[in-house]
Amino acid sequence: MNDSSVSKAPDLDFDSPRLVRYRKQRNFKDHAARYSIAMGGISVIVAITLIFFYLLYEVAPLFESASAEAVAEYPIPAKELGSTLYIATEEQGEKGFRLAEDGTVVFFNTTDGSEHSRVALPVPEGAKITNIASANPASQILAAAFDNGQVLIFKHSYKLSYPNDVRVISPFVEFPYGEEPITLDEEGSSIRRVSIAITEDALILVGVNSNNNLLGTRFSKEENFLSGEITLEPETLDLPFLSFAPEYVVVEPGMRWVFVGTKAGQIEVIDLFDNMINSTVKLKGKDNRILGMELLLGGSSVLVTESAGAVSQWFMVRDDNNQYTFEQVRRFEHQQGTISALSIEHRRKGFAVADAKGGLALMNSTANSTSLEIDVTDQPIVHVALSPRSDFAIMQTADGNMLWWELHNEHPEISFSALWGKVWYEGYQEPEYIWQSSAANNDFEPKYSLSPLAFGTLKAAFYAMLVATPLAICGALYTAYFMSPSLRRKVKPSIELMEALPTVILGFLAGLFFAPYMEANLPGVFAVLIICPIAILAFGYAWANLPASIRHRIPEGWDPALLIPVLILAGWGALEMSPVIEALMFDGDMRKWLTYEAGIDFDQRNALVVGAAMGFAVIPTIFSITEDAVFSVPKHLTYGSLALGATQWQTMTRVILPTASPGIFSAVMIGMGRAVGETMIVLMATGNTPIMDMNIFEGMRTLSANIAVEMPESEVGSTHYRILFLAAFVLFLFTFVVNTFAEWVRQRLRSRYSVI
Amino acid sequence: MSVSVKKWFKDGDPWIWINAGAVAISMIMVFGLLALIASRGLVHFWAHDVMQAELHGNDGQVRIIAGELVESEEVLAEQLRDAGYVIPDDAEYMQRDLMKLGNRDVYGGDFRWVLDDALKNRSYPEDIMTIERREWGNFYGFIDSIKENGNVVATGSESWPELTKRIERALEIHEEIHNIEKVEIGAINNGMERLRLKQRRLELDNQATPENLLAIEEARAELDAEYKVLQDQLVVLYGEIGRDKLIARTVEGTMVDIDLSKIVRAFQPNAMSLGEKIVFYFEKIVEFISDDPREANTEGGIFPAIYGTVLMVLLMSIIVTPLGVIAAVYIREYAHQGALTRVIRIAVNNLAGVPSIVYGVFGLGFFIYFVGSGIDQALFPEALPSPTFGTGGLLWASITLAILTLPVVIVATEEGLARIPRSMREGSLALGATKAETLWRVVLPMASPAMMTGMILAIARAAGEVAPLMLVGVVKLAPSLPLDGNYPYLHLDQKFMHLGFHIYDVGFQSPNVEAARPLVYATSLLLVIVIALLNLTAVSIRNRLREKYKALEM
Repeated sequence: MNDSSVSKAPDLDFDSPRLVRYRKQRNFKDHAARYSIAMGGISVIVAITLIFFYLLYEVAPLFESASAEAVAEYPIPAKELGSTLYIATEEQGEKGFRLAEDGTVVFFNTTDGSEHSRVALPVPEGAKITNIASANPASQILAAAFDNGQVLIFKHSYKLSYPNDVRVISPFVEFPYGEEPITLDEEGSSIRRVSIAITEDALILVGVNSNNNLLGTRFSKEENFLSGEITLEPETLDLPFLSFAPEYVVVEPGMRWVFVGTKAGQIEVIDLFDNMINSTVKLKGKDNRILGMELLLGGSSVLVTESAGAVSQWFMVRDDNNQYTFEQVRRFEHQQGTISALSIEHRRKGFAVADAKGGLALMNSTANSTSLEIDVTDQPIVHVALSPRSDFAIMQTADGNMLWWELHNEHPEISFSALWGKVWYEGYQEPEYIWQSSAANNDFEPKYSLSPLAFGTLKAAFYAMLVATPLAICGALYTAYFMSPSLRRKVKPSIELMEALPTVILGFLAGLFFAPYMEANLPGVFAVLIICPIAILAFGYAWANLPASIRHRIPEGWDPALLIPVLILAGWGALEMSPVIEALMFDGDMRKWLTYEAGIDFDQRNALVVGAAMGFAVIPTIFSITEDAVFSVPKHLTYGSLALGATQWQTMTRVILPTASPGIFSAVMIGMGRAVGETMIVLMATGNTPIMDMNIFEGMRTLSANIAVEMPESEVGSTHYRILFLAAFVLFLFTFVVNTFAEWVRQRLRSRYSVI
Repeated sequence: MSVSVKKWFKDGDPWIWINAGAVAISMIMVFGLLALIASRGLVHFWAHDVMQAELHGNDGQVRIIAGELVESEEVLAEQLRDAGYVIPDDAEYMQRDLMKLGNRDVYGGDFRWVLDDALKNRSYPEDIMTIERREWGNFYGFIDSIKENGNVVATGSESWPELTKRIERALEIHEEIHNIEKVEIGAINNGMERLRLKQRRLELDNQATPENLLAIEEARAELDAEYKVLQDQLVVLYGEIGRDKLIARTVEGTMVDIDLSKIVRAFQPNAMSLGEKIVFYFEKIVEFISDDPREANTEGGIFPAIYGTVLMVLLMSIIVTPLGVIAAVYIREYAHQGALTRVIRIAVNNLAGVPSIVYGVFGLGFFIYFVGSGIDQALFPEALPSPTFGTGGLLWASITLAILTLPVVIVATEEGLARIPRSMREGSLALGATKAETLWRVVLPMASPAMMTGMILAIARAAGEVAPLMLVGVVKLAPSLPLDGNYPYLHLDQKFMHLGFHIYDVGFQSPNVEAARPLVYATSLLLVIVIALLNLTAVSIRNRLREKYKALEM
């Protein structure tokens, strides 16, 4: 024994400056790594959750309520010219327009009421303005009626220029049809009420004179193509004689209908095609009088202000026999005070009402909602006008003040009922679910019902699950329990490969190969569905009756390999039979037969195609999770069951299935999540028409395909854009919730096994 | 020994057979689909024989047609009778053939369905030729003569060698023109555009002093001079390429003038031997992979799409791999393993199930409209109002897909980390290593195959994803590649082409779907092969990894 080695340990100094430094360095590195990884990890996780919050952030403004704030209050500009007949503002909300009763146009700055300029209209000698009508606010064209039977058409216009990069707006008055007033009443009696409508090539004026006669003239516009000057060719309308005193008159730009209202609350509709009265309606409610009639944007709806404290929307509804009736479509209650003024929005189907108690309300017809109701002043409001962008409102009170308010009302057309309920859109016979987000013209009523899209999504998912669930679950049961391990090692990667196939390829094959093929061989496709199971069973039975020497040549658990040739043969045979079946049962053409005999519409790209293609995409998801769940059922359970004399199948149904059922359930849920969100397949394999019909031979439009189709064209920040975000948010939430639920079920399953 | 039906059912065997059948059907679906894509995609490159035949019309009229037989199908005679065909009364079914007749400039369309019985006197003349053109699709017919500057230099079918020689010359000149137009003039245009932006930038910064402007003006003059030289070269080349003209005769005898500059390839399929056809086949495959598309993407190659896909996926993996690994390491190694971590794990897992279009919407809204517009305002005000990063592009597409595939990488890496036995870590720590050292020297190297698997799976997913890309920067035809010789070389803001989108676009938005279909199948085949290879690699790495750790656990 060497004593020295025990007594004398090597003289190691663990605290030499170098080692201390080294240790510090390592320690520092360790800490740095800890914090930087924590930072990195947390920020990645935060970045992922950002998706949720960003979607929410884009969607939230849809459901924000409107608000308004006072910007300025000032006395009426150029008050000395008399009371106001009409007010308006221009696009930017910078300049205001006031028509005084003496026929002077006053332009003023909206923010402080200072006068910018004034223009005297060429009022005929000795005549006075009796009434003023707007063609539609966006056109800025007004018609002023005089007490001498004439009407003057003028337009308030604004020129924008940018000297030194500063925006300058110069307002002026234009006379698109000449400065000469147009004579509406040849006899020269005073025009009490006037209404004007303008289209590309025509102009119509309808008025009521002091003798309560209805007068109307239609002008066709003729443009001199050399000078560009517009001349009007008048044609007097032969309007029916009315037995009552008309108080309000409105002519619509379709140039077919004239709506005439009386003080007593009765509305007559005159059809200009035959100059007859089409219908007579009366406001509901006793003593309910009409306070005003105005056309909504687009000119097809009439807004009737009722003394009962409401605005009702009416339009002509065409029935199946092409007969029109005037119907009340919806009603907006406003009980704060008697409605004293109404102004329609220039770009949306909305309007503002002001009342005699100084209240202002913003309403929207599509959403059937009042988005804002506030008290602006304690004085009665006599005039209200929304700016073209609906971001400002100018109001005049009875005590001679102007109020200039800023409005925040970005998405009034959205309400829960507009998104999910039936809405009675303009031009439709009845309330319907419709998705139609854009059209060629500006005054189109956007139809944002998510119902058909949600329906289409569920329909596609339903048919996909119908195809995928049985195949995937049955396949997984066999693979996990009956199949020989060597075959299983080949089947599982194949299924994984199936999962990896890009859906764009599946969609392409479905749309361009399978859809036309199926259309041509429809009976064959259905025959396959019937013949294949029969072939499997027949072969199985035959196999069971084969001599053991043959049967034992194939090891146990290789049945699918045996079935592949059988199924290929059966499938081929069934498809070959297609023309025969078609000739025998469907008069040679099943498609035609479906359409004419069975009355079922048939699209080439239909739910069946989607079901098959998307089923294909979903099978691997369901398959692998189910397979996992079944395979991880503890072996001693199955051995116990078999030892007690149960058959294989009994063990499967009585022992394995109940144990694995939560796993199978979560597999189906996750598969459904995938089917709901799949985009490319539905985009390519359906016609993308947003219809609500469970018919297997018709297409659909899903939420995801809708996003893919419309997102690139939607304007940032618009209602349409936000609704598409809402659709994405709904998809996100739906799949996330479904998957989380499924995952939770799976975790529970796992803990149950650990107990067993 | 026979089994009665009753007993057979009682044992439950039929149900087992049905289950087996489900597996069999799934397998048939997978492999049938692959076989379908392969069979349709691969024939695209073959030099099909051109058949000449008499087409007997209903009214007894006889036309001579020539073309490739594309496919045949059986139709009910009844339907044909309804459509006005004269058909023998005893016939129940008729065979109908789809012929690719080409000569779109003469006939108006490429394809035509004809009744098989109406084709009589079929022949495969040796001297009929197929000409692939840059415009108007294929031409089928015979050589009449070749003209040089309007003078006939060769006539008849003997002039075939002369034709191939001259086509080769034209192709060379075309290559040169292409080079000048795309590369050199492209570089000049790029330079001009940068000068314009520079000038605008100076104006915006109030730095547009005469000296600065003069410098820009000089640079511009220099580029202009270069451009002049190239322009002169082009004029000469265009003169040369337009020298030759082929006068071709269709089978019906119509004469067609074809500029040799418009010909991509001419061959006489009926005269080719099998060997020649095989060589031709591979030439076509090479062309498919390496050439630009022609005729609204329905002909030619898909090189830009492959290039765009690869570049986008590369960028994406550069972004996603470190992020995914860091997140996984944090969740598995550093985070406190409590309820919160479990929730995070489930949430990350489930993000993989969120529809890809949602990521596209997020990418469009957040990256492009929010971040991108912000970047434009701050860094590229000179280019406004045309957006630089405020519109879809390579960078945003890569980042969007990186977020989409992040869960894949995280889950795979975590799984790899979880499989590393505790003993390894504990051994390292016991020897005095710090946690970071253990992680860096022991854990991460052992988990690297798992990370690899995650990355490969992410790449496979990204390569096949189309829906989100449609929103964040993929286009049907990009004017230039996102990585080229012009400064700044890698154009992160540029839109690009993508294989998956190419399939969607050509298959569904193309004006001539029939002509484009083989190309779409070929593109699909390529995409499937790439993705299948990636997946199989990932699977085999994963399996090897499992075996390795099984040994460790012993």
